[in-house]
Amino acid sequence: MSFPWAQEYTPSHPFMKWVDEKLPIPRLVYNAVGGGYEVPRNLNYMWNFGFLAGLCLIIQIVTGIVMAMHYAANTAVAFDTIEQTVRDVNWGWLMRYAHANGASAFFVVIYIHIFRGFFYGSYKAPREMVWLLGVVIFLLMMATAFMGYVLPWGQMSFWGAKVITGLFGAIPFVGEPLQQWLLGGFAPDNAALNRFFSLHYLLPFVILGVVILHIWALHIPGSSNPTGVEVKSSSDTVPFYPYFVAKDGWFIGVFAILFSIMVFYLPNTLGHPDNYIPANPMSTPAHIVPEWYFWPFYAILRAFTQDFFFIPAKLMGVLAMFGAILVWFFLPWLDKSPVRSGNYRPLYKKFFLFGLIPAMAVLFYCGGAPAEEPYVMLSQLASLYYFAHFLIIIPIVSAIEKPLPLPYSITESVLGADEGSQLRPAHGATEAVHGDAAVNGA
Amino acid sequence: MAETEGVRRRDFINIAAVSAAGVAGVGIVIPLVSQMSASADVLAASSTEVDISAIQPGQAIKAIFRKQPVFVRNLTPKEIEEANAVDASSLRDPQTLAERTKEGKENWLITMGVCTHLGCVPLGAGEGEVKGEFGGYFCPCHGSSYDTAARIRKGPAPTNLEVPEYAFTSDTVVKIG
Repeated sequence: MSFPWAQEYTPSHPFMKWVDEKLPIPRLVYNAVGGGYEVPRNLNYMWNFGFLAGLCLIIQIVTGIVMAMHYAANTAVAFDTIEQTVRDVNWGWLMRYAHANGASAFFVVIYIHIFRGFFYGSYKAPREMVWLLGVVIFLLMMATAFMGYVLPWGQMSFWGAKVITGLFGAIPFVGEPLQQWLLGGFAPDNAALNRFFSLHYLLPFVILGVVILHIWALHIPGSSNPTGVEVKSSSDTVPFYPYFVAKDGWFIGVFAILFSIMVFYLPNTLGHPDNYIPANPMSTPAHIVPEWYFWPFYAILRAFTQDFFFIPAKLMGVLAMFGAILVWFFLPWLDKSPVRSGNYRPLYKKFFLFGLIPAMAVLFYCGGAPAEEPYVMLSQLASLYYFAHFLIIIPIVSAIEKPLPLPYSITESVLGADEGSQLRPAHGATEAVHGDAAVNGA
Repeated sequence: MAETEGVRRRDFINIAAVSAAGVAGVGIVIPLVSQMSASADVLAASSTEVDISAIQPGQAIKAIFRKQPVFVRNLTPKEIEEANAVDASSLRDPQTLAERTKEGKENWLITMGVCTHLGCVPLGAGEGEVKGEFGGYFCPCHGSSYDTAARIRKGPAPTNLEVPEYAFTSDTVVKIG
């Protein structure tokens, strides 16, 4: 699953030779994240976020397992066990705040990772499966984060659970029974808290499994790169180890500094004070907001205030919110342009930078704001653009746009188009790799 | 001999085995899915009795029914008049006050304290809480306003506050559920 010039794993120690014959796990690791994986030489810092997302998942699993050692999923004591973890358990405060802020860090990283994909066309052939699995991971992350936020059983936990499960109640006919089935009762209570804990512990491992598939699918065509031109020859790539292990390692250092600032100095900044009030089913907080990473989608949910023919506004909001993510599944087929990178697509780049990004920013802001004017109208306009961007603008732009001339190869894009950089493949390696002549001819 | 009949012994075994496995699979899935529904103890707690003798006209209390708030409100004659003055057919969820209360007990408005939009607890039942511009209930989450018959008048909620099943077991006791 790599290029013909990739280094082969050659164990020298007799023990490693013995292992390689019986169960070649070291070989697998070497070919996946070692010297055996060849990556384009021109990757910029946007390509560090995948590795970083993996690190975030590990942080969440490790701190989460520790948290579970001190937590009890019972409505009578859940709130207290979290406080006890923070106050009384040795280093419990660190585990709790690393876990809570780790979720935020994970979403920061994943949003950058996703928008990197939007800009550089990472979702396009031959990497559609990588993209589809990525969207699945994102959906699983959202479910996991939502259920995790319910566990401390504070006011925001309770009312978040009530509002989000209430969304399923909007589905005609089956909605109400479905909601009661999800909650195991008529309102969030012990049954709901217990199953959320069970699933919150399970889903990260499901995510881990899908991440492995995501990387597997990625390593079949190999990593994309900022030019979007496919790898042609050995001069286009460098081995993952040591080059990108070193670069990712450096970037982890940068991430660790920012993450530490949050955990040690601003541990509650991204949380809500209301969640330090134990859950009270009889009293709703004045302003229910989800965690910041759900704001754009929450804004889309609330943007629908009018019934649409026979569909009630509430159901429209729910459909739109889920549709906002499901539309990503169709992106590889909505965008027909053979040119991947936004750097060579002047029109697409404009719509990305001055359309999608501002629309997301508006949705993000409005999702955290109260449901009143002007935020409702702004959410409506931004939601309209959001869907138009994927369903109308991208297909039209990809049909009418005249892309800029692409470099012949990755090497040429790095070294310039002089004689020496024109490394025409010597042995017909183009066909041996991925003949993307159509792309380069564009 | 089996070949002439078109069905071989092996085909029969194959279909029988796959069918048995399918039935067994369904048999395994049913309990796994069903265990998530409300358990017997949750269902057992699904009715509640409320003493309403102390509620004066214009007052309301919040009772608990199925772990959710229920508003029991003693309407004033003015509030009843206001509710009856509205043309029900002009409403989003057309219902008259009479349809939402028991005969001869029009002043007792008993509804779930759960906004039909996304499930928040509306304000208006507690002492000194805002009642919204229609004098009934007001949901602070997304601004749904209910009138004195707890009917939706403004905001995103699709339907009126739900009237649970209830019955007067005596003049002063209501059994909800």
